[in-house]
Amino acid sequence: MNEDARTLFSRPESLNEVVTHYCPGCTHGVIHRLVAEVLDELGVRENTVGVAPVGCSVFIYKYLGTDFLEAPHGRAPALATGFKRLRPDMMVFTYQGDGDLASIGMGEIVHAANRGEKITTIFVNNAVYGMTGGQMAPTTMPGQVTTTSPGGRNVNDTGYPIRVAELLSALVTPNYIERVAVHTPQHIIKAKQAIRKAFTYQKEGRCFSLVEVLSTCPTNWGKTTEESLDWVESRMVPYFPLGCYKDPETAEVPDGAV
Amino acid sequence: MAQYEVTLAGFGGQGIMTAGQLLAYSGMAEGRKVVWLPSYGPEMRGGTAYCTVVVSPDRIGSPIINNPTCCCVFNRPSFDKFAPRVRPGGLLLVNSSLIDVESDRTDITQLLVPANDMAMKAGNPKAANIVILGALIGASEVLSYKVVEKTMKEKLGGKKDLLPSNIKLLREGYNLARKELGKKEKV
Amino acid sequence: MAKILMKGNEAIAEAAIKAGCVNYFCYPITPQNEVGEYMARRLPEVGGAFLQGESEVAVGNMLFGAASTGQRVFTTSSSPGISLMQESISYMAGAHLPVVIVNIMRGGPGLGGILPAQSDYFQATKGGGHGDYRLLVLAPSTIQEAVDLMMLSFHLAEKYRNPVMIIGDGMIGQMMEPVEFPEHHEEPELPSNDLWAITGAKGREPRVIKSLFLDPKLLDDNSWNLYDKYARMEREEIRFESYRIKPKNKILIVSYGTMARICQTAIDELEKDGVSVGLFRPITLFPFPSKQIAKEAKKKNIENVLVIEMSTAQMKEDVDLAVLGAKPVKFYGETGGLVPSPDAVKEQIMKLIKNPNDELKRR
Ligand SMILES: Cc1ncc(C[n+]2csc(CCOP(=O)(O)OP(=O)(O)O)c2C)c(N)n1
Ligand code: SF4
Repeated sequence: MNEDARTLFSRPESLNEVVTHYCPGCTHGVIHRLVAEVLDELGVRENTVGVAPVGCSVFIYKYLGTDFLEAPHGRAPALATGFKRLRPDMMVFTYQGDGDLASIGMGEIVHAANRGEKITTIFVNNAVYGMTGGQMAPTTMPGQVTTTSPGGRNVNDTGYPIRVAELLSALVTPNYIERVAVHTPQHIIKAKQAIRKAFTYQKEGRCFSLVEVLSTCPTNWGKTTEESLDWVESRMVPYFPLGCYKDPETAEVPDGAV
Repeated sequence: MAQYEVTLAGFGGQGIMTAGQLLAYSGMAEGRKVVWLPSYGPEMRGGTAYCTVVVSPDRIGSPIINNPTCCCVFNRPSFDKFAPRVRPGGLLLVNSSLIDVESDRTDITQLLVPANDMAMKAGNPKAANIVILGALIGASEVLSYKVVEKTMKEKLGGKKDLLPSNIKLLREGYNLARKELGKKEKV
Repeated sequence: MAKILMKGNEAIAEAAIKAGCVNYFCYPITPQNEVGEYMARRLPEVGGAFLQGESEVAVGNMLFGAASTGQRVFTTSSSPGISLMQESISYMAGAHLPVVIVNIMRGGPGLGGILPAQSDYFQATKGGGHGDYRLLVLAPSTIQEAVDLMMLSFHLAEKYRNPVMIIGDGMIGQMMEPVEFPEHHEEPELPSNDLWAITGAKGREPRVIKSLFLDPKLLDDNSWNLYDKYARMEREEIRFESYRIKPKNKILIVSYGTMARICQTAIDELEKDGVSVGLFRPITLFPFPSKQIAKEAKKKNIENVLVIEMSTAQMKEDVDLAVLGAKPVKFYGETGGLVPSPDAVKEQIMKLIKNPNDELKRR
């Protein structure tokens, strides 16, 4: 081999060498990889427990090389809370879809964030229920056709998509909350930085951290991989603006709170 | 005819479920009792999908059929799983466009149907399921060709532009089976 | 009306509409998603209320609110979702509200699996939530029967002002069979729901639909009122089917739902070989046909009662209670999504015929 040969890209240690069950063009896998890279870089794989959701990513424990708990649908932040309170020395993260986190699990995530649990949540927003076959999610776009909104999401009847990053940022507790996307290499790089920051804050014992990742579901969107990536940019990003919504570095405590 | 059971198996997206439903609808149109039972769940995404259709003159008990009279296999994993399960004396239809092996069983009738090639040639690449359905009818005589064709016109009528080629492929599948098995009447 | 080929889930949905129920709340879960998807298309056509709630906890309580109007309402879910509805089911039973809940069961406990199972028998028949209450539980074994029971269930819910649950395994939801809907749906006359529903206190005393009774005497009364309803169900609602039950049978099989159909095939095949076995299929799981089973089990030639379920012997406890030791009650079952085949059932029956003292238990 050439003496100058260097490894530029390899499988992170925290990412298991297995084939995932995700559909072609699904970006769950990209997000898994980013989490794995960060766990490697922070050197915390062996001191981390993930909490798997109920959704397409229920099998995340097959793909990442950390310990895992499998939560009931939507309850991952509660399990994570219970675990972290007893083992503050360990890193605890949840990985949740939009049905899991923003629908059935809305109560758990709001309270975990509000208590400032020192956990990290990776929130995968793909605008639909993936695993159960494409029903409407709280994040489904206005007019978007799903199996339970066959005429397109009607906002008069079901309201507007929930912006989770904004909603949780409204809590006073100083947390870290950022929204990213993974539909282009540039966005993937930014997403990685946010995920790294989230885990770093946890490692430092500072705050609750949540990264919302705009993701694709070509299967249930009825689109090709390329169309799906475009749809993230053209439909989702304008409604779900990317960026940091809250950072403990800059968080302000409002008047009257002290 | 006594109770007849067919398992159709392949990748999700190969039209397995549709072919099974057409068979069930046709059985109903001939006044038989029918059951259609699909495999379901995440395995349908990309993995193997299969359905079983039971056509019977009498009340149907178990919808679960371990050893069906006939298996139609559309891809290699399905061949491996279902070829050994065909009931002795039964029928195995192999989509030879995608499966390059044959069963060495001597207690069943095996029929190789290049279904994808035939569909491709007809400019209707997704209709391999229709070819197999035609071959199944031709080989088994479980239902009359006419009824199946009529059902297909009703149920797939929405895709008007494809209907003529679907009918052609149903017939080609049927006639191929007749020829291979040395049966007379063709359509 | 001509027969049409329908998936169980869709047939259940259409049956509800045909029975005059156009209000439906749901949350997605496999293997019953087709009900919600069908209702999302159909209910706007017929002018009803369709809503996908944020969770099964919410859906159960949406049912509570909706039923309080006196209109018909139902939901469908599968095992883990039904567990989350137990809160509202207990409250609705306590408040005497008529609703219909369909459980297309999958394997448990916990997240379990998504394949067919009958593991929610205890949950369905023993109440499920807290307090002294029961549900009227119906178990269809064909899609046609699912339609018929669905259409009946709204009437039963109103007759008793109690939640009714229909339980079917995943096959009942996913299977397609020909079904026929009655041309006209008729039901026996009942007192109007307006006598108790919340309609606004115009010209009458305000009403409260509730389950809180801090005075123990009143709570005791409420629980005995419920008890009396269940006693009446036992007198009036027991449904079952006997299949090939004959005096010479040595074995009586007790099985329900799709599992009973599988047993039928096994029994038919054995009959051809000259082995005669009878099947008792409960259709109401609560009230349970205990007396009827006992009567069959005590017949002279019966050596064994064989309970076959897709669970680890849940209904067997009720059969044990029915037979009260008069005859041995044996069990065979598979669960977790495994479905005993007719051959497996035959094998177990033959074992018992050869060795009546055999203990069968599991796969
Ligand atoms: C209590 C309960 N209700 C419903 C379900 C069925 N279920 C499985 S996954 C899922 C939603 C998945 O959607 P999402 O969270 O958006 O994740 P995705 O699959 O899109 O990644 C649901 C409703 C369940 N398992 N448990
Ligand atoms: S269904 Fe959607 S979210 Fe699930 S694996 Fe497929 S593409 Fe990804």
